[in-house]
Amino acid sequence: MSILIYADSSNGSLTKNAFEAANYGAQLAEATGTDVFAIVTGSSSDLEVLGNYGVSKVLHASDASLDNFDPQKIAYVVAEAAREINADTIIFSHDYTGKAVAPRLAAKLDAGLVTGAIALPNGNLVKKAVFSGKAFAEIEISTSTKIISVLPNSVDKIETGGAAEVSSFSVDIPSTGVTVKEVKKASSELSLTEADIVVSAGRGLKGPENWGMIEELGGVLGAALACSRPVADIGWRPHHEHVGQTGIAIRPNLYIAAGISGAIQHLAGVNGSKVIVVINTDSEAPFFKAADYGIVGDAFEVVPKMIEAIKKLKSA
Amino acid sequence: MKILVCISKAPDTTAKIAFTDSDTKFDENGVQFVVNPYDEWFALVRGLELKEANGGTVTVINVGGADNDPIIRKALAIGADDAVRIEAETIDALYVAKQIANYAKDQAYDMILSGKETIDYNGSQVGGMIAELIDAPYISLASKLDMSGSVATIEREIEGGVEVVEVNTPFVLSASKGMAEARIPNMRGIMAARSKPLNVIPASEASNSTSIKGFTLPPIKSGCKYVDADNVEELINLLHKEAKAI
Repeated sequence: MSILIYADSSNGSLTKNAFEAANYGAQLAEATGTDVFAIVTGSSSDLEVLGNYGVSKVLHASDASLDNFDPQKIAYVVAEAAREINADTIIFSHDYTGKAVAPRLAAKLDAGLVTGAIALPNGNLVKKAVFSGKAFAEIEISTSTKIISVLPNSVDKIETGGAAEVSSFSVDIPSTGVTVKEVKKASSELSLTEADIVVSAGRGLKGPENWGMIEELGGVLGAALACSRPVADIGWRPHHEHVGQTGIAIRPNLYIAAGISGAIQHLAGVNGSKVIVVINTDSEAPFFKAADYGIVGDAFEVVPKMIEAIKKLKSA
Repeated sequence: MKILVCISKAPDTTAKIAFTDSDTKFDENGVQFVVNPYDEWFALVRGLELKEANGGTVTVINVGGADNDPIIRKALAIGADDAVRIEAETIDALYVAKQIANYAKDQAYDMILSGKETIDYNGSQVGGMIAELIDAPYISLASKLDMSGSVATIEREIEGGVEVVEVNTPFVLSASKGMAEARIPNMRGIMAARSKPLNVIPASEASNSTSIKGFTLPPIKSGCKYVDADNVEELINLLHKEAKAI
């Protein structure tokens, strides 16, 4: 029995989430005394780096057809790899790729799947966040093959140093239905779901013309920008910045919110943040109950002062 | 176009989350239930728009008991033509997917749409499972769907952007924000919903592979540390030295 980790790559390189999933699998292998492998699909390089996250054996299915993302193909290859190494546990990141592939694999293998795990499993029990982060559930997997997708930024990574041994994994890949025509990336902007720091603002800013200071604060912190739903709905900010129950859920190390009251639906999108800072003129704003640090004050005065203080800190 | 939209019942977004039976069951006391927003606002509405543009039918499918009927009627009021409810307990996502796949596989749907995840269990699984069970392509987290004949052009969310893909019918898709705008049923829709077909069919033989053993609530946050608005530098100092966040 062994553990197989699907390590995702983008533009030829392993992703941040791939390293998290790899280390999760490596920690589990260490705890259970089992063998651990990673499987990488497509034409990616520098796979030995997975060794630094505790995975010393990497199977590389480098067929170019796998660069055209189709979860049906990837699930097929992962199932073949799992069979090859006798894997009873398969790990994914609960990210865009994992959400597409893991469910297909679970149905294919009739295997129990828990998505968005926030901790290492306890035997057959896997803990995940439910009700949009308002509670946790312990899920028992009853099948002998288990699939777990790990919620990004939830389990601390342990780097071990060392390089992995990469071997080629060849498999006859069936033709499947999805063809990728184009990839559109806002390459200049830091991706909201990958950013360590996020700066966010809402109706308290009174108008779209006032966002300059938010953009500047984001700039000095190297942060991605987010916003509350109302300001996205009325067009002050682009829809892709909307974080919340019906927008994007993020889990940055630091979330700074200015002029957002903190309605339940907004909290559902950001309650996974490690540190939350709230700036609001209303001392009764519900967001303060979820905050780690708060300033009751006018964002138009506070944010510029934050920018100055951060610039001073960074130049010291 | 023959479109199937999977809808799930979910607690309303403002519901208080509490548990009973020694924290093994969600406490439904006083909770208002709605159609899972991603299913309703994005999957169902896009399905209706495609039907309105191209002709055809939109069927909604739900797995559950009779207390799901009110939310099924809401989907009919918004514009679905008919509904199917599979009388079964929603034990887990794979079980639900098997129920839907067993029904759908003989029905020749051009597309099966669902929301990207439910707001209660946040699984993001059923769509992908159905696709595998019926051997169809799957596009998850789609924010745009356009049809030209039997060819779908879909925008799928990826890290920092979108991927534009093409696939032929039949396919399965999970819908994300951007796919469509929510519709409010009008009086005529609500009246018509009463007489639209809602067929209840028995569950098929299927197994589950997971079960929920218990729930816990998050630890109560230790409380907000307030910094004076005149002392913003102190906040930055705390974030740097104490929180080590910057």
